[in-house]
Amino acid sequence: MEKVSTKLKNMTDTNLLLTITIVVFILMYIGAVLFQGKGFTKPQAFFNILNNNAALIILSCGMSIVMITGGIDISVGGVTALVSMCCAVYLDYHNGNVAVSMLIALLIGLAYGLVQGFLVAYLDIQPFIVSLAGMFFARGMTTIVNTNPFNVENADFVALKETRIIIPGMGSVNKLGKYVDAYVEIGVVIALIVVIAMFILLRWTKLGRSFYAVGGNKQSALMLGINVKRTKFLSHMICSTLAGIGGYVYFLHVGSGAATHAQGAEMNAIASSIIGGTMLTGGVGNIIGTFFGVLSLSTIKDIVSSAGLDQAWWTGITIAAMLCIFLVIQSVVMARKKRAIRK
Amino acid sequence: MGNQALLSLKGIYKGFPGVKALQNVDFQLQSGEIHALMGENGAGKSTLIKVLTGVYTKDEGEIFLEGQEVSIRSPQDAQHLGISTVYQEITLCPNLSVAENMYIGRSDDMLQNWKKMNEGATKMLESLDIPAKATQQLGSCSIAVQQMVAIARAVDMDCKVLILDEPTSSLDDQEVQKLFKLMKELRGRGVGIIFVTHFLDQVYEVCDKITVLRDGKLVGEYEIKELPRLQLVSKMLGKELDDLSDIKSSDASGETAKQGEVLFEAEGLSSTEGIKPFDFYIRKGEVNGFTGLLGSGRSECVRAIFGADRVVSGSMKKNGKTIKINKPIDAMKNGIGYLPEDRKIDGIIGDLSVRENIILALQVMKGFFKPFTKAQANAFADEYIKTLSIKTASADTPIKSLSGGNQQKCILARWLLTHPDYLILDEPTRGIDVGTKVDIQKLVLKLASEGMSVTFISSETDEMLRTCSRMIVMRDRKVVGELTGEDLTQNKIMSTIAGGEAKS
Ligand SMILES: Nc1ncnc2c1ncn2[C@@H]1O[C@H](COP(=O)(O)OP(=O)(O)O)[C@@H](O)[C@H]1O
Ligand SMILES: [Mg+2]
Repeated sequence: MEKVSTKLKNMTDTNLLLTITIVVFILMYIGAVLFQGKGFTKPQAFFNILNNNAALIILSCGMSIVMITGGIDISVGGVTALVSMCCAVYLDYHNGNVAVSMLIALLIGLAYGLVQGFLVAYLDIQPFIVSLAGMFFARGMTTIVNTNPFNVENADFVALKETRIIIPGMGSVNKLGKYVDAYVEIGVVIALIVVIAMFILLRWTKLGRSFYAVGGNKQSALMLGINVKRTKFLSHMICSTLAGIGGYVYFLHVGSGAATHAQGAEMNAIASSIIGGTMLTGGVGNIIGTFFGVLSLSTIKDIVSSAGLDQAWWTGITIAAMLCIFLVIQSVVMARKKRAIRK
Repeated sequence: MGNQALLSLKGIYKGFPGVKALQNVDFQLQSGEIHALMGENGAGKSTLIKVLTGVYTKDEGEIFLEGQEVSIRSPQDAQHLGISTVYQEITLCPNLSVAENMYIGRSDDMLQNWKKMNEGATKMLESLDIPAKATQQLGSCSIAVQQMVAIARAVDMDCKVLILDEPTSSLDDQEVQKLFKLMKELRGRGVGIIFVTHFLDQVYEVCDKITVLRDGKLVGEYEIKELPRLQLVSKMLGKELDDLSDIKSSDASGETAKQGEVLFEAEGLSSTEGIKPFDFYIRKGEVNGFTGLLGSGRSECVRAIFGADRVVSGSMKKNGKTIKINKPIDAMKNGIGYLPEDRKIDGIIGDLSVRENIILALQVMKGFFKPFTKAQANAFADEYIKTLSIKTASADTPIKSLSGGNQQKCILARWLLTHPDYLILDEPTRGIDVGTKVDIQKLVLKLASEGMSVTFISSETDEMLRTCSRMIVMRDRKVVGELTGEDLTQNKIMSTIAGGEAKS
């Protein structure tokens, strides 16, 4: 017991919350395998979680960064929809080029970051308000660009969408007795690159550490010689740019444009970040945690739907319950830690 | 060393809404000197420092570093120019590690080299004997350690100017000595150090020069040898030593009070606000007072008596019987009234009428579920509006539309209505016109002659000399003396505040 409490004391909040997240995820996955059986034992079940959530992973990475800096960005779902629609219209109606469509996605993200970052950092407007406006704008623009949802038929794009990266040795035998290779989509690769890049950014660069400093205490960060405005601006730049990239990955996964795409994605990103140990109050969080946060969130969703409860409200209720449980665990552990310190 | 100053500030002005924090302040620092910046709380020391380091933008004025005019717009700029600072409040990030707090924001490198940083920090921590690990999260360290980490960060920087704003407030003697050794070492290397502290001993131990501020204005710059303690205190307070204007009219009430029985007694009282345990008593019909520099703990003492701050130790007796006061209502039930220092925050409820404000304390004592009838309330209000001659259109007027002095009288009325036998008045005369001030002082003396005991606190020493027959002197949150009779003079008060025997 003694040992545990000194260990607790010496651990940073960020690492402590990360540990909780990973442990809980592993327990949950084991639980899923035990109770739901076969479905979850196949490696492909796990890869499908990645395939379905590559975009959310990218969005959540950006969300974690603004949250660590003490802000919030609820426009990422809207940006995803806008990116999908713009690219879809460009590819199909204008006979576009896939590489250029990627550039469009990136530019939309950058433009969002520039405007929102400027408003939040330099004009000192509440990030919630700014990104709320951003969200409405994005959803509105999506409808203006094109009202009706449609599937993209551009050949190059479809080829890219269908590309599967085979994971050797992980395949399994299907019902017909045929061996099927395990695979991931291109989006997953991009998501993993983003996770690694953002992890490195947060851990090994001065900018990354400034995000933590500003989120921990803005005033102190200023007095420690950090350019607080620039730091906040860059956190929004990164988040929105990732929203652009995540938006494209989403588009690549669903292969269509629609104004209703990624409805509520921003909330899922926030939930994943929180489950992953990012604190809404800023200054604490970790990208690896966020990654596991997304996985936990979608595993829970899968468990619920494979139990035959796949109506929308069941998913909502379980996510709510899970958030509560996580927040309680986090606050209990943090309180214990504070007590250990006081002793 | 040439005769060019290392750092010089000229004609600095800085205002906050409603406060002129700095007015035409000049300040000069030579290299290789430790320069004390002195003044009461609120004199503008921290503001001057924050203007210098770019936390606040100055309204007017110029800053020269080594003869060159510089524009410092942010703490970052200041650091680049070689000005490193330990601010009064701890300004570190609690969520980062000790080492990060020592190094963040100091270099323009893109990458974070954890290994090098942790090694550097460990070395620094060892050399200063700071009991913390480099990798430990700062928030898990004690306040003293955090303060030392802030100091370590500042001195580790290769700086020309080092600013320390009350760095010693949470350090123990040993840590202070370590800091002083460090400061002397840096002085030897030609660093100019600005040192703010409210411990006079420390000033005379390490400093070479003193600049005094009062109410945001420069009082003057002095060589330490030319300014004995007593004079320093008089400069900080703004009272001349041979000020003989305070001829006290010896009134009878003071004499009778000496014989009166002890009404209220406290032993070893201390509260969460950090005052040293103190003993206190007051006799029936006596007027006594707490005096000391602003921030010396006067208000905290009376707040502890009234239970306005959480009392952590000590016992209280009234009329010889032990009583327990945990919260203000306990004190009120024991016949103690308290008029708080800041009527805007603790006193008036602006939107309620004069009547409601007056009956408030009595209502609280009676319990909220047994309201007074309108007629009763009116009778109470009218009585006191008359006796205290409160200038108000009617008892129904919202109190916020009254002048400050009349608001103060309303609050006084509130307490008189509860018929306390012990009344504490903390700065009852602050910010009100001279006429009302005199009214209030007269009232205090009248109440005392009728047998009420009063503790009266005021920043105006004259007022206290006029009303109190016994004064308790405080320094650095500690009671350092008690003056009665002959000793109740401006000079004696100052020398007691300055500490030790005055050897001017
Ligand atoms: N950020 C602020 N906003 C408004 N008023 C302030 C602020 N900082 C200081 N002041 C006011 O300026 C005056 C000087 O304060 P300060 O420089 O902190 O005094 P000192 O450090 O000498 O105790 C005080 O009256 C204080 O109330
Ligand atoms: Mg100060």
